Amino acid sequence: MNVRGIRAIYTFEMARTGRTLLQSIVSPVISTSLYFVVFGAAIGSRITEVAGVSYGSFIVPGLIMLMLLTQSVANASFGIFFPRFTGTIFEILSAPVSVWEIVIGYVGAAATKSVGLGLIILGTAALFVDLQIAHPLWMLVFLVLTAVSFSLFGFLIGIWADNFEKLQVVPLLVLTPLTFLGGTFYSIDMLPPFWRMVSLFNPVLYLVSGFRWSFYGLADVSVTLSLAMVLLFLALCLTAVGWIFRTGYRLKS
Amino acid sequence: MPAGRPPAISVSGLNKTFASGFRALHEIDLEVRPGEIFALLGPNGAGKTTLISIICGIVTATSGRVEVAGYDNVADFREARSRVGLVPQELTTEAFETVWATVRFSRGLFGKPPDPDHLERVLRDLALWEKRDHQIMTLSGGMKRRLLIAKALSHEPDVLFLDEPTAGVDVDLRQDMWEVVRGLRASGVTVILTTHYIEEAELMADRVGVINRGGLTLVEEKSALMRRLGAKQLILTLAEPIEELPEGLADKRLELAAEGWELVYTYGKEGEGKDIAVLLTELTEAGIRFTDLYTEQSSLEDIFVHLVRERQ
Repeated sequence: MNVRGIRAIYTFEMARTGRTLLQSIVSPVISTSLYFVVFGAAIGSRITEVAGVSYGSFIVPGLIMLMLLTQSVANASFGIFFPRFTGTIFEILSAPVSVWEIVIGYVGAAATKSVGLGLIILGTAALFVDLQIAHPLWMLVFLVLTAVSFSLFGFLIGIWADNFEKLQVVPLLVLTPLTFLGGTFYSIDMLPPFWRMVSLFNPVLYLVSGFRWSFYGLADVSVTLSLAMVLLFLALCLTAVGWIFRTGYRLKS
Repeated sequence: MPAGRPPAISVSGLNKTFASGFRALHEIDLEVRPGEIFALLGPNGAGKTTLISIICGIVTATSGRVEVAGYDNVADFREARSRVGLVPQELTTEAFETVWATVRFSRGLFGKPPDPDHLERVLRDLALWEKRDHQIMTLSGGMKRRLLIAKALSHEPDVLFLDEPTAGVDVDLRQDMWEVVRGLRASGVTVILTTHYIEEAELMADRVGVINRGGLTLVEEKSALMRRLGAKQLILTLAEPIEELPEGLADKRLELAAEGWELVYTYGKEGEGKDIAVLLTELTEAGIRFTDLYTEQSSLEDIFVHLVRERQ
């Protein structure tokens, strides 16, 4: 195992965050704060409580998930897309690093960033609302597993995309709707039965639900199911990555 | 691994057909000896870059085998790749990283422990040490080219591939580049360079391989190649023009040129031809007087053009 190679990729990617600290950290924090102001303060003042939890506190796990998903995908997809775009990928492909070492480097860095970001947002949220975390360990498990899975997903998008438009299309057209309709800002109990049923097909619902459970012990679906969904998604992404490297799809001709 | 020192690079039965159906390489067999400078010559689109890319693991071969220092480049990819440095044709560099960060990255990527002294030596040799804290995007084209060499040398490869190292590079820099390559050879690095500048191959290479339309047309010692195919010409400027060659001298090696003012004698190719002294005596006896004479030797370029035409 070329540990130095993994470290080189990881460090390189983390250094990129350091250089773009403003986009990487500050802007997600600002937009999350805006969500708090709009949903928590303005709208929340009319919704008072969801199952005994104040609306402001209720949306915190969903907001963190929202940021976690978008940032994981954005970081990881850009991380691998950019060297492909500039051509510097030749060095990685010619280096004595295996497929999985490349993935660990890129996805590890992207996931590290989003977990860090998730924790920062959690800290920001604590300034606005009362927070309690019933199952801190599970909270971290969901945080890390989600960050890793969606960084892998982002990595896949970064390999699939052959232009900047495609790089944006999946996050915008698929991920954003799924997150917004995945119970980020509400419990699916608030929906009419038909839409509640539709929501059950949304994988993001399970992430948000499981994550929220680790905070308040409240869940739309069972925690085991949530965990199983995260693991299933992780397995799907790993399979796709394995296939990509076996066939050289979009990387090697 | 076979006994003795294996070839630096060994390619056998290599074929590459792209998904588009384009057959880029056809049954390539090639051995590059440790420590030599090998020039791969060929017109644009001949398959030079594809061959290099396959050896370096960037492109997958359709069939065939590649070994680096005796290690298979697929089965033993770590051993094979860690010995190879690649300087690509395009100036593909990061933009925002510093020179120092990027060479450190390259060394780490190839699994070598940090060695600031080595990296400093490499950067100094390539006149980049002063620029070590600069962002790559602030460098000139020539510096970026040198930086790519520095990156490739950062992990102390045994074999260095230079894909068109002097394409679009000014004359001064080209001289510098040649200097760098000579230095590398002196330190025992095997250098494989592709070029379509014949003078580059002529100046630098120990051996030359000519690749055309995906096939390796010939591989030979440069000097032997020049000797074998490099015909010489003796050109005599006559005191007065003649209409035709006198009887007895109507040799097919002799030709009239410049409207009868010049007599061109081609010799030397594979040692044939008569003694020049004999020829001159015969000319004098035939009453042909000349005022000047000089010889010309064909360059690698003439040979190359000749070879490529021959195969078409």
